[in-house]
Amino acid sequence: MKTFRMGGIHPKENKFSAGKQIQVAELPKQVVIPLSHYIGTPSEAVVKKGDVVKVGQLIGKANGLISANVHSSVSGKVNKIDVQLDATGYKRSAVYIDVDGDEWLETIDRSTEIKRECNLSKEEIIRKIQDAGIVGLGGATFPTHVKLSPPPGKKANILIINAVECESYLTCDHQLMLEKGEEILVGTTILMKALEVNRAVIGIENNKKDAIVHLQQLAKNFKGIKVEALKVRYPQGGEKQLIDAIIRRQVPSGRIPIEVGAVVQNVGTTYAVYEAVQKNKPMIERVMTISGKTAPNPGNYLVRLGTYLASVVDQAGGIPEGTGKIVGGGPMMGRSLMNLNVPMAKGSSGVVFIRKEESVRKPVKNCIRCAKCVTVCPMGLEPFLLMSQSERNMWDEMEDNCTMDCIECGSCSYTCPSNRPLLDYIRFGKTTVGGIIRNRATKK
Amino acid sequence: MNLIVIALLTLGIIGAVSAIILYFVAKKFHVYEDPRIDQVEAALPAANCGGCGFPGCRGFANACVKADTLDGLFCPVGGNDTMKNVAGILGKNAVAVAPTVAVVRCGGTCDHRPRMNEYDGVKHCFIAHNLYSGETGCSWGCLGLGDCEVSCEFDAIKVNQVTKLPEVDEDKCTSCGACVKACPKLLIELRKKGPKSRRIYVNCRNEDKGHISRKSCDVSCISCLKCEKVCPYEAITITNNLAFIHDDKCKLCRKCVDICPTNAIVELNFPPRKVKEESMNTKEEQLVG
Repeated sequence: MKTFRMGGIHPKENKFSAGKQIQVAELPKQVVIPLSHYIGTPSEAVVKKGDVVKVGQLIGKANGLISANVHSSVSGKVNKIDVQLDATGYKRSAVYIDVDGDEWLETIDRSTEIKRECNLSKEEIIRKIQDAGIVGLGGATFPTHVKLSPPPGKKANILIINAVECESYLTCDHQLMLEKGEEILVGTTILMKALEVNRAVIGIENNKKDAIVHLQQLAKNFKGIKVEALKVRYPQGGEKQLIDAIIRRQVPSGRIPIEVGAVVQNVGTTYAVYEAVQKNKPMIERVMTISGKTAPNPGNYLVRLGTYLASVVDQAGGIPEGTGKIVGGGPMMGRSLMNLNVPMAKGSSGVVFIRKEESVRKPVKNCIRCAKCVTVCPMGLEPFLLMSQSERNMWDEMEDNCTMDCIECGSCSYTCPSNRPLLDYIRFGKTTVGGIIRNRATKK
Repeated sequence: MNLIVIALLTLGIIGAVSAIILYFVAKKFHVYEDPRIDQVEAALPAANCGGCGFPGCRGFANACVKADTLDGLFCPVGGNDTMKNVAGILGKNAVAVAPTVAVVRCGGTCDHRPRMNEYDGVKHCFIAHNLYSGETGCSWGCLGLGDCEVSCEFDAIKVNQVTKLPEVDEDKCTSCGACVKACPKLLIELRKKGPKSRRIYVNCRNEDKGHISRKSCDVSCISCLKCEKVCPYEAITITNNLAFIHDDKCKLCRKCVDICPTNAIVELNFPPRKVKEESMNTKEEQLVG
């Protein structure tokens, strides 16, 4: 079975919510839809206080190249456009909407019937995806239409659908594949058309055997789509790792996947593309996992964007006793949430409760040069070296040692027997070195 | 015997020839360096802190010698005395600069700013700042993890473990500006030391609207505009919901300190105020009544 060639770990899977049907979360009383994205420039609000909006109506217009449209996920009245604390405690602008009924825009096709035909041209598809505000749902929320328009001179020859879901606990993509398999395959053909490629591979880790069998059955009716089972290994969901695992090509340092002729899209994004192109439905809801060892009711929920995480957690049975940390996203790459009164954004893939005894950091000891971090680093870096350089503010040396290639997967910190905060320091170095590089570019 | 003579002669000749070559090479490639650079460097404090904006004391000495006037050149560590000496060596006029001192603009002690979560990551302000807004509700305030303390070469700034805020030792602070650069929240400012070290400043950096900042901290600036109105010298401006006192205009009348409803404006090193007897009496009467 294929997997990526360098490094990697295998944390305990803990997929408690696997096989739990996607439940539609209750409509909240108020939603707060963030206008800023994890990456790129914040969108510009196009509604004002007192406006009545419908589900799917445009409320934020993309601002700049790396930015996406934002749509209302509910129908009701715009309460205000104000700042809202995001999961990191900083203030971002957001649109507050008081929910009143559930009235959808007439253009959106809400039937469950699967629409297989797509006669649109490449440009029309990309246009529709851009208008629908689709971003990568794996977590980085990079606008999909940008990924689908390669820079001049570059051409993709394979589309890879990322259905790896290598993070522990999370099962939202798994469940989506089981329930919306055919839609995902239609979405894949649409993406293939947009990229003008005739080959697509759906990469699924082998711990989701039911999904692999299900999609393989369905894929027989679709030309050019192959479902590939991959060995369970973290961080296989990383773009560069997945490309290496499936087509054995390595993306050069500091470059993007299109350099090796591949485009990677998340499986959730593929479903969103299907809905946007075939059903005219913009990005207004997504599936998220609520899980944890002590979670009373781990499950997968279809949640409207902008719903407070607290209300979704309440529906899943509330915060279990003895919780030390609540992590937004998976436990490896997710970040602890300061509080649950934050709206859910396009990139929120889950909420995981970590028990108190597991959440505390153990005392930091000296590096014993065991080189475990070097062995597990999927990018071939030397984390112990980067950390000590970061501690000593040796930015030039960090740049020479390719710190910017770090994908922040956290394998090094996970594996360190001395509990050293490797990733914290590397991230610190990455921010600083990134700033230095940007400064240098503007000076030139 | 013979061998020794030969060895001595060979070595002697090689030595003599090399000496002659080296002499001419040294003459040919001699670089003239202004002897005043050494003199100026000797007059400087040799802290090599970079507070002047040049790479070390020699860099500064070089710049002083090259410059036509000493305008804009100032050694914050040595102060006006050192600059006078430097000016004497170079025969130029020293420009007197009012001495400055580092000021930490956050008053959010543990009492004023309740902790809402616990940070157990690396004890490094920049790392914590990158990760999230901090342990308290105020995303502008001090994180208390001591990047400034580490950056200070003069041992002048220390985080008080009770209040979790850094405190500046005025006698030791040379206003080199290292802590200003180290603080990820941009809390530290170099302000004029003022007569008898008396200073008034806004002890807050919170640019949120009043009702939001007040929720997270008792002593935050709520931009009520009272200080701006009461100031007779137009020394206070309010931008982005935050008051700022310009130290070149401030005449230390302390009117703003009295009027600030949240005690966000602080006075330093002033003698205790004379309590007016009348007001004391009225207060007592009120109490009795």
